[in-house]
Amino acid sequence: MSEPRLLQLQDLRVSFHSRDGVVDAVRGVSFSLGREKLGIVGESGSGKSMTGRALMRLLPSTATMHAKTMRFGEIDLLAASERQMCQVRGRHIAMIMQDPKYSLNPVVTVGKQITETYRRHRRTGGRAARDYAIEMLDAVKIRDPARVFHQYPHEISGGMGQRVMIAMMLAAEPSLLIADEPTSALDVTVRFEILQLLDELIQSRHLGVLFISHDLNLVRRYCDRVLIMYAGQVVEEIEADRLNEATHPYTRGLLDSMPRIHRPRHRLPVLQRDPAWREPLTADER
Amino acid sequence: MIELEVRDLTVAFGPERQRVRAVEDVSFAIARGACFGLVGESGCGKSTVLRVIAGLNRDYGGTVSLRGTPVPPRRDKAYYKRVQMVFQDPYGSLHPGKTVYSQIMGPMLVHKLAGAEQRVDRALEAVGLGTAFRFRYPHQLSGGQRQRVAIARALALEPEVLLLDEPTSALDVSVQAEILNLLADLREREGLTYLLVSHDLAVIAHLCEELAVMDRGRIVEALTRDQLVRGETKVDSTRRLLEASEELGEDRLPPEAPR
Repeated sequence: MSEPRLLQLQDLRVSFHSRDGVVDAVRGVSFSLGREKLGIVGESGSGKSMTGRALMRLLPSTATMHAKTMRFGEIDLLAASERQMCQVRGRHIAMIMQDPKYSLNPVVTVGKQITETYRRHRRTGGRAARDYAIEMLDAVKIRDPARVFHQYPHEISGGMGQRVMIAMMLAAEPSLLIADEPTSALDVTVRFEILQLLDELIQSRHLGVLFISHDLNLVRRYCDRVLIMYAGQVVEEIEADRLNEATHPYTRGLLDSMPRIHRPRHRLPVLQRDPAWREPLTADER
Repeated sequence: MIELEVRDLTVAFGPERQRVRAVEDVSFAIARGACFGLVGESGCGKSTVLRVIAGLNRDYGGTVSLRGTPVPPRRDKAYYKRVQMVFQDPYGSLHPGKTVYSQIMGPMLVHKLAGAEQRVDRALEAVGLGTAFRFRYPHQLSGGQRQRVAIARALALEPEVLLLDEPTSALDVSVQAEILNLLADLREREGLTYLLVSHDLAVIAHLCEELAVMDRGRIVEALTRDQLVRGETKVDSTRRLLEASEELGEDRLPPEAPR
């Protein structure tokens, strides 16, 4: 790829120190991301969300983080001051969270939440921001955006809430989107609509996306490339449409354990975890 | 023999003028030892149906019968000895400040059952946890283990019917497989009858022989598993659900995955 990479990450490590000792949540994750859709899949506790948060430097205060490189374009995310990070977050890298019920402010209207992001990064007047917010609501295909603008999060459905979240995240025109389980709290049918919308916006705005999910099926359909994480390490990297050819026993186990409508089985195979998967990977395996 | 039957069930919410009919004329019957699935998008009324059967919603029209006998809207204690429910979110349905033992003991005390301790141990063994888990708190358990505790709590009463409200949708696929297998085993071993509510057609197709698709409060289609697998559906709602699950990665008639 001739285009410069948006994001470069080398040997990211995140650990938590507690009374009971040190827990290594992320153990040497490296990848680079261009203007493409990169998926990270794994079970809960595999370190996928921590990787996403580390990129925004939004880890809990009990966590410590190390990396050899963590660059976003020209910006060195490791050396950036907190002030610079505030510019990066939202303006350059935006994050969509799992559940709109919890990530929207319940006592602030939808419109106000969108204009806040926009004004924070763009320094425009209230009027212009308002017009822009309505335009954004329209872009995420909300019918009657002027009405929704004045509504509170509890007055809209989950699918609408997620559209609002997307509008809010895209308002400052970031170039990288970190989507952490953006559709897990939604229904199957709504889920597909939201993904389609996200896809259109990614195409038209030429964004890079880091798509974090536990849902293999979804990632397989949606992303270009997939990283499979287990116990804080990337155990396999594969092109999404070749996921069926994955070779790592963990990936195979996950694929196999899903019920399928068109391939009924009496029992679902259960993942047998091999302690060897936890062994630290050697430098060239990474 | 019919274990559980719902006839002309209607539920409406809201004040007189703006009453919303959440469930309308829903009828189905589940044979003893069968697993019946109720599937649909959120807001279609499937969970309301389950809540009515569980006795959590007493304001309804129509009848719910257990082994041919209609039960009153206000259920008695004997009903709960026979019908138990497992909720979606194991993080929300267990008391965070009580041990596994006392959570499962709760229903035993309510029903004043003899040999309560042995029942608790037996239930824990049945869900594959073992008695070593008796004195753990929910925060010391994984999501899958919590759901096993919730199932054990329902099982300890030795009920006849289990109402399952999205029992695996909060879990990882690998853990989902374990819980689905456990539910299948328990049904076989204990001769239980299941009513499973889910939005995931693949989960329903895996566990249930028969299913009904709900849309806007009504059952729009009743299907057998084989009909579903062959795609023999006549209504759009089912087709939409099928397409959504195919769209999200399931290929129609996939070849055996290459090894």
